Amino acid sequence: MIEFSFIPLFTWLVSLLAVPAILLCRKKPDVREGVTFLAAFLKLGMVFMMLPLIRDGKILHFRFGEILPGIPIEFRVDGLGILFALVASSLWILTTLYSVGYMRGLKEHDQTRFFAYFAISLSATIGVAFAGNLLTLYIFYEILSLSTYPLVIHHGDKEARTGGRTYLSHLLGTSVAFVLPAMIYCYWKSGTDINFTEGAFLDGKIGSSDGLIVLLAFTLGFAKSGLMPFHSWLPNAMVAPTPVSALLHAVAVVKVGVFCVLRIFTGVFDTDFLQKLNVGTVITYIAAFTIIVSSLIALTQDNLKRRLAFSTIGQLAYIVLGVSFLSSNGVTGSVMHIAMHAFGKITLFFCAGAIFVASGKKYISQMVGLGKQMPITMIAFLIGSLSIIGLPPFGGAWSKWYLFLGALDANQTAMVIVLVISSLLNIAYLLPIPVNALFRSPSQKDGKDSDSGIKEAPLACLIPLCITALAGLLFFLFPGLGFELAQLITK
Amino acid sequence: MTEHFPVLILLVPLFGALIVVLLGKERPNQCWMTSLISLGISSIISLFTVVAVLADKFQTIRYRMGGWPESNGYEVGIELRVDILAALVVFAVTFVGFVNTIYSKTRAETEVQGKVSFFYALIQLLIVGLCGIVMTNDAFNLYVLIEITSLTSYALIAMGNRRAALSSFNYVIMGTIGASFYLLGVGYLYIKTGTLNIDDIRMVLGNNNLWEHQSIIVAFIFIMLGLWTKMAFFPLHGWLPNAYAYAPSMTGTFMAPLMTKVMVYVMIRVMVWLFGNEFVYSGQHVWGELVIWMSVIAIVAGSLLALARTDIKKMLTYLIVAEVGYMVGGAWLGNVTGQAGAFYHILSDAAMTFCLFIAASIIVLRVGDSRVNAFDNLFRKMPLTMIGFTVGALSMIGLPPTCGFFSKWYLISGGIEAGQWEYVCALIFSSLVNAVIFFRIFERAYFGQITEVKEDFVPFDSDANPETAIKEVPWSMLFPLFIASGFVLLVGIMNRTLFEWIQTALKMVNT
Repeated sequence: MIEFSFIPLFTWLVSLLAVPAILLCRKKPDVREGVTFLAAFLKLGMVFMMLPLIRDGKILHFRFGEILPGIPIEFRVDGLGILFALVASSLWILTTLYSVGYMRGLKEHDQTRFFAYFAISLSATIGVAFAGNLLTLYIFYEILSLSTYPLVIHHGDKEARTGGRTYLSHLLGTSVAFVLPAMIYCYWKSGTDINFTEGAFLDGKIGSSDGLIVLLAFTLGFAKSGLMPFHSWLPNAMVAPTPVSALLHAVAVVKVGVFCVLRIFTGVFDTDFLQKLNVGTVITYIAAFTIIVSSLIALTQDNLKRRLAFSTIGQLAYIVLGVSFLSSNGVTGSVMHIAMHAFGKITLFFCAGAIFVASGKKYISQMVGLGKQMPITMIAFLIGSLSIIGLPPFGGAWSKWYLFLGALDANQTAMVIVLVISSLLNIAYLLPIPVNALFRSPSQKDGKDSDSGIKEAPLACLIPLCITALAGLLFFLFPGLGFELAQLITK
Repeated sequence: MTEHFPVLILLVPLFGALIVVLLGKERPNQCWMTSLISLGISSIISLFTVVAVLADKFQTIRYRMGGWPESNGYEVGIELRVDILAALVVFAVTFVGFVNTIYSKTRAETEVQGKVSFFYALIQLLIVGLCGIVMTNDAFNLYVLIEITSLTSYALIAMGNRRAALSSFNYVIMGTIGASFYLLGVGYLYIKTGTLNIDDIRMVLGNNNLWEHQSIIVAFIFIMLGLWTKMAFFPLHGWLPNAYAYAPSMTGTFMAPLMTKVMVYVMIRVMVWLFGNEFVYSGQHVWGELVIWMSVIAIVAGSLLALARTDIKKMLTYLIVAEVGYMVGGAWLGNVTGQAGAFYHILSDAAMTFCLFIAASIIVLRVGDSRVNAFDNLFRKMPLTMIGFTVGALSMIGLPPTCGFFSKWYLISGGIEAGQWEYVCALIFSSLVNAVIFFRIFERAYFGQITEVKEDFVPFDSDANPETAIKEVPWSMLFPLFIASGFVLLVGIMNRTLFEWIQTALKMVNT
């Protein structure tokens, strides 16, 4: 049931309208942050307004009018879109709170610019989530790349600019080089129809070898998903302030990447059609390779944020792996993992930022014994790690469970082994951090004096990370909504 | 009244030029006002022409100059012919001329001091020539008009700074060779067919089935080579960068968007109307594949040469060389999508080149240095100018919703349809290089040099420190920039309508 509605438009618009207000209130930081909070709550509220309608099996749409022959700029909200919007907009509120603590705690410069671009990025994210056709998706994808670029090079120093260049060249380069021609090819092949409707538009219109090339072009072209070999933008983006890394590079931007891949598998092709073409396995192997290699690289990283970045690359590859199984269990696992990993990883990034604000420490080797000074942060880190690893009683267990089921459905025994190995690697690169911090005392040599004055980070940093950590626990107990929304696209 | 529109478009600036000369160099303001009015009238008439053609269901307007009747079914006199394509290009020429005149107000008095009246007279003559080229239906008259535009542009360029004279001389040599090639080709056609009217030549060629005759093939090659020289198709582009970069800024802003584009229009005209698609795209001739590859080389070379420049104007001129490659390639793909895409790119490239050249001229004027390295903190110093520049730059890169995205969309569609993947790859390559080129500037202009101390970013705030105080140019320069960037967006948003018009016109001739 497709129903016309203005709510998707307003949901998209509200954070965009916040931008001029943020710029106008540049002299009054409290009002400025108030505007961001207002926009964030309104956005979440509107997503909640749409939620019951979507659960009833309705699809909300809004169109701006045709921009190319046969292609309108259109919003179309379905189960996958609403789930992603829900994750992004709820975490925006927490991240705003956290940003206030972080940015003020570090007395960062150019805070107005920071909050303004943050709001634009959220609008673009919602635009991707609600995109009703490939062109709309592409446009908002590009806007997201451009609007996060100033956030990445926020510090403006040499390292930030180098990181920013890598960031933009990878994201813009791949999308223009692969996605754009693939999209035009689809447009030409499918007879000017690239709208995501019931049933995928490329279904049955393309041969096996062409299909493989188009699928590869899309999957690698949406480089925000961090698949190797176009992953190196993500570790480089870690030069950004931590709230950016937390919301954008653990949730919004990277999830936009995998979200696009999910759309390609379900909305452009169809999982059944891909099975017929027999091209899914290529993506499976790329994803499996990415999972293992990125986990191994993560083990070697001493900079906490970089280690988390490589962990993100691996976790994103799980999501791609899940859809590439082309079974409904695999897709369910992927959709669930979008939400579960979002809450788990943002907790870890919040903790990393809190540690940096409180103690100025960036390297894992310096964090031994830090649990005494920062017990709450470190316990939250432990919970986040367990959720990412996928151990009960935390949310990540569900998505891992379904990924295993997906691998078994697809008769990919090798992939079951990959999943097992990678889970062990997850344990190896994540757990030592909180464990060492909580249960070991720092060796006598390195700075016992400097550590003594460290306290927990400001409350504005601490509250969000506690909430997200608790959410990981709650998702284990109440995973129903995620399943429901996932089932809406798999059926 | 409607039937007289074509000739009025030409006559108004022609008389405007005469009046300006009579006014003399003592009255720069009156000269400016006269040419503003004449070009304003001319662009309004050409807008009406567009409307008239559309209202008449794409019916071509034909106008016999001097009222010479045809004899034995052949045209004797010169015929003007305006279909929707010609009407759109004429509107682009006259409107850019009009807006550029606003921009010239303050610049002309400083850059061509003492020659203001000559400048305005020449620029109006140039516009007459360009409009004539677009509208004439007579192959020899086309040559005459090409020469008129060339002669006026030599003079206009030579008015620039010290190096302009040499660049203009270079242009004279190359331009003369190009025009002679074109004339030679027309000569062959005249010998073979005995007529100069483009439609009649086509008819005679068809009736006598002269398509495979050696001299016709030679004529085609000569005409193409001549036009490629005039449009700076790589590797015949040598004259262009210096000529446009060293010309007076208000000459550069007019010529860069229009001169090459009008020549591309002439090329499409010659290909589609004079020789016809069957002849040009027939598989018997090797040139189809060859020209596509040449355009690929033009696109790649133009982009790389632009990448290697640090002078912003030089950089933009090499981008024009690449863009010419886009259009030549699109026109030679051999399908209507490609042709229409190339034509759409004429309009969109005119808009974005105009936008970028004005922005670059303003920046160079204010910064006093044309090197990219000097553009620190421009977003703070000249926020309005940089907004205009950004719109043009995003269009060059090809990001929606600017027109550059849509022309790339259509050209790539044409390339995919024709199966010419090398052309598709070249377009994408050039987009990527453009992204590097412009983000290099953005990074500079947004963040300035790497410094340690930073205050909170305060946009649109003039009481910041003098280093970053706002130093915008007068409105007579900003206003044209905003019109140009507005058109970049408008042509982009209207792409569907424009593309339909173009396709209809091209399909009418093919059937």
